[in-house]
Amino acid sequence: MKVSLSWLKEYVSISLDANDLADALTMAGLEVEAVSDRYAYLNSIHVGRIVNIDPHPNSDKLKLCSVDIGGDIISVVCGAPNVKTDMLAPCAIPGTSFPKGTVLEKNIIHGETSEGMLCSELELGLGSNGHGIMELGNNLSVGDSLNKALGLSDPVLEIDLTPNRPDCLSIIGTAREIAAIENKRVTYPEIYLPESMGDIANHTSVTIMAPALCPRYAASLIFDVTVGPSPFWLQDRLVSVGLKPINNIVDITNFVMMETGQPLHAFDFDRLAENRIVVRTAQENETFITLDGKERRLDPEMLMICDGKKPVAIAGVMGGLNSEIEDTTTNILLESAYFDPVCIRKTSKKTGLNTDASHRFERGVDPNGTITALNRATQLITEIGGGKCVKGVIDEYPLPFSETTIDISSRRLNRHLGTRLDTAAIEKYLKSIEFEVKKIDEDKLQITPPSCRVDIRRFEDITEEIARLFGYNNIETTFPLIPAEARRPDKKIDLRDRTKVLMTGLGFSEAINYSFISKQSCDHLELPPDDPKRKMVDILNPISEDQAVMRTSLIPGLLETMKLNISVQNKNLKLFEIGHVFFHTGQKDNQPAEVEMLAGLWTGTRIDSVWSSKEINCDFYDTKGVLEELLRNLGIENTTFTRMPPEFCSYTKPGFTARILDENDPIGLVGEVHPKVIRNYDLKQTAFIFEINFDRLIQSVPDTKSARPIPKFPATSRDITLIIDNAIETYKIIKTVEMLQEKLVEHLYMFDVFSGDPIPKGKKSVSFRITYRSSEETLEDNRVNHIHKTITNQLMKTFDATLPAE
Amino acid sequence: MEKTIGQIHQDALKEIESASDAESIKAISIRYLGRKGAVTQFLRNISNLPEEIRPEAGKKANETKNYLDVLFKNALKELETSSWKTDDQIDVSLPGRVTPRGSLHPITQITQKICDIFIRLGFDVAEGPEVETDYYNFEALNIPKNHPARDMQDTFYISNNIVLRTHTSPTQPRIMEKQNPPVRIVAPGKVYRCDSDLTHTPMFHQVEGLLVDKNISFGDLKGILTTFVHQMFDPETSLRFRPSFFPFTEPSAEVDIRCVICKGEGCRVCSKTGWLEVLGSGMVHPAVFENVGYDTTRYTGFAFGMGVERIAMLKYGIDDIRKYFENDLRFLRQF
Repeated sequence: MKVSLSWLKEYVSISLDANDLADALTMAGLEVEAVSDRYAYLNSIHVGRIVNIDPHPNSDKLKLCSVDIGGDIISVVCGAPNVKTDMLAPCAIPGTSFPKGTVLEKNIIHGETSEGMLCSELELGLGSNGHGIMELGNNLSVGDSLNKALGLSDPVLEIDLTPNRPDCLSIIGTAREIAAIENKRVTYPEIYLPESMGDIANHTSVTIMAPALCPRYAASLIFDVTVGPSPFWLQDRLVSVGLKPINNIVDITNFVMMETGQPLHAFDFDRLAENRIVVRTAQENETFITLDGKERRLDPEMLMICDGKKPVAIAGVMGGLNSEIEDTTTNILLESAYFDPVCIRKTSKKTGLNTDASHRFERGVDPNGTITALNRATQLITEIGGGKCVKGVIDEYPLPFSETTIDISSRRLNRHLGTRLDTAAIEKYLKSIEFEVKKIDEDKLQITPPSCRVDIRRFEDITEEIARLFGYNNIETTFPLIPAEARRPDKKIDLRDRTKVLMTGLGFSEAINYSFISKQSCDHLELPPDDPKRKMVDILNPISEDQAVMRTSLIPGLLETMKLNISVQNKNLKLFEIGHVFFHTGQKDNQPAEVEMLAGLWTGTRIDSVWSSKEINCDFYDTKGVLEELLRNLGIENTTFTRMPPEFCSYTKPGFTARILDENDPIGLVGEVHPKVIRNYDLKQTAFIFEINFDRLIQSVPDTKSARPIPKFPATSRDITLIIDNAIETYKIIKTVEMLQEKLVEHLYMFDVFSGDPIPKGKKSVSFRITYRSSEETLEDNRVNHIHKTITNQLMKTFDATLPAE
Repeated sequence: MEKTIGQIHQDALKEIESASDAESIKAISIRYLGRKGAVTQFLRNISNLPEEIRPEAGKKANETKNYLDVLFKNALKELETSSWKTDDQIDVSLPGRVTPRGSLHPITQITQKICDIFIRLGFDVAEGPEVETDYYNFEALNIPKNHPARDMQDTFYISNNIVLRTHTSPTQPRIMEKQNPPVRIVAPGKVYRCDSDLTHTPMFHQVEGLLVDKNISFGDLKGILTTFVHQMFDPETSLRFRPSFFPFTEPSAEVDIRCVICKGEGCRVCSKTGWLEVLGSGMVHPAVFENVGYDTTRYTGFAFGMGVERIAMLKYGIDDIRKYFENDLRFLRQF
């Protein structure tokens, strides 16, 4: 909301300068976002002296003026009838922006260059005279900027009000806060109603059919008004706070709304059927054309202002085209009401109409301010619009408000804030913002906030008032006395941090992608129709199609990230992400299942090309190795990597994908991205990915580690080469050896895998080394040979293997 | 006449001194200690000496033998290490071979820093779901349906009752429902708002904090948050508490710090105010306590929340919030 200093000064005297005032208001809870001088545009308008006037060669109406703007003499084309030599007048130079929004440029007018513009009051926003250029007093010095010459300066504060302070959505409301800051009192405008005639009850009536939504509705009548433009001072006030003048009647309702915070609405009385007002809820599917010419569909939750027959306004939101004030309007019914904030908010949301009125009503206007505002506007209309007001007001008030009174204990208040204020100080602060305070005893006070402070309901609200008036920064900084007790840290948070550090140690950088992805991602991943990853959670109001559903996998995000990086020539990437994925439970109003996942992507080189070696591209085993090392570091021992059945993963290459099993429970996968997916994402190079259920993974992380003794006796090793079927996965050999439970076998290590000549087709040779060790003695060769022979025989039998030809 | 062992010793020392390479050392060694070497010969002929000087001469000869032996060995080692030729060298300016480490995302790093400070102050870390019910995200926090305060946060809806959490504050009622005071937690996490422009991304990160106990005051809130700011930024950073409004705290306070960029002179980052908003905070609203069944006459507490992206921007001088989620490796690797 904008407030101008000059308008504020009508109600409170202000000694602070604009910037200090802005700071003080900010520190009182009314955050001032900007301070600007509304006459700043006059800076590039100079006091000019017209030194010479020549006729325009191509126009009878125009003249060529030489204007002295203080040192420079510029040539200005002017058509004003009152221009004459030696006259002082405002002269704008190119670049000036006028209040109406236009920017002056150097022009050629009928073939003659105009290097500036002589301006009228109207053009400068300094008055209503637009018939000739503005005549300036001869005592001004030529060349001065106009704001300096005329002493024009009016700082405008732009206040970002929090929703709890509707009482400050007006000039007087803001003045009340300033009065507290300046230790002054607010001077309220004196309202005097002019002589009136007749009795309003004989002319009109108000019927409230929905008192819960309209607890109060007041109206006045003014006859024989003349609708026309407002006087300059009124227009100027509205312009100063960013409102557009329309006509005197509408301008007065807006002026009073800005002054008091109470929205008002003026109806053309003669267009109200049966000359009366009925307040009722709308009917299902009823339609109504609002002032902006748009047809609105109504529903029974909306409150309507009607005449004897039809709706004439959406209550508290916007008036209707059928009763608006027109140039020919002579009789006016003026509305001032209190509407239920929730009702107004719902209506405003449903219709998409957020007006100055609805903004105030939905936050809560002063229920006792209804009549004051009505009288103030009635007064101004008779003064400015020249009408006669009908005696009395209608004040239908079916549900009167009760005052809020709050009993507080000073001791408790001080304990709450950490202050040491006595009751007298508390009383003084509260009275400075017009709260009524009754002292009950040395400790207790009974407080009645003014009716405009709809936010003050209970003790804690009072503490905030005291805190901000005393000054947050004057409250002593203390430290809580808290017990030195600690809870066990969350295992998941701890392991997540460790995993992240381990991944960076393995060369992977952490990515954070958006949790929402495009719905098309499912198709990009080639997911079959019944894939669980298609059970996505839709966002009802997404920002874009690209971010319309919650992700069920981290892979689309990583592939998009890869794409972006490749487009900027980052072709070698090792990235990981830990984050939530979301699965729809099938129940609309249930939270989705959130699962934390760890995923990674490796593309490009394993070893970059350097002076000592050529680059080597990464492959499946590099990526698998990362996981093995991660798992080893986390202390997870019982995982195996086995061939992924192709039907279980559509986005990795069949035959090049491993499923990760933890004690036979699948917990993730590692593999090469399917070429179709590479194509779908328009990636120009292959990539290896992994994806692990992190929530499941951490269940397998042991809580403690137990140290094993360092062997005392030397180990001895034996190699075996077996020729086996290509299809046999080597991990089965390890499993078979493990199953033999031979105590002396310490380790089995695969050191060569080979297929091709001379190995028969469909077979491969697998060479591995078994390390034997005893914890009690140095092993003798023949003992090892015997065991090794047994193992070899068992493996040959199990895998139908042969030994290589010598 | 035969040389005394003393003379042999002296000769040997002279010869070693003048030797310049390993070959000559070896030759000298043979000349003295070899099978026909001078010292060996001397020892062999010792029986020819008069009996009265024999033990003394024998002792001296053996000492000389041992002494020279060590001397030759040392001289050889010395010559070996000093015999590197000048053309025998590597180009030390060639780059080393590295196993590059990856980097933690700046958001992770800052989140950890924030949490660490509060952990040192005795807080625990807690987390909650990112897709929340309307109840925990709003109602439990004293933000009823159709309240204008809902406009303060543009919400992504999943259904009428399910939202993407707009702040980490739902962790407050979730924790308090499970735990009796004292409560001291920080809750980091992702939050979502339907807002995307130069200064907003639809997803960002917050850290929430909550402390509830007997006799907790607004002064205590100031103490804890001042400590936080001084640990996170500079111990000299000045800060101010400014009245504000959050439906779930009363009184509510924004915490501003002196602009870390311009030191209060006024710049683009602080919109010429010299101050930067870094935290929202306040005393927990009694309605929130009532919703979780805490006795408002016995307990008070404060809550606070901060945007991680904003703090990371200030700490690292990042000028475009969208950079965080593009994951350009050239960006990520800087942290």
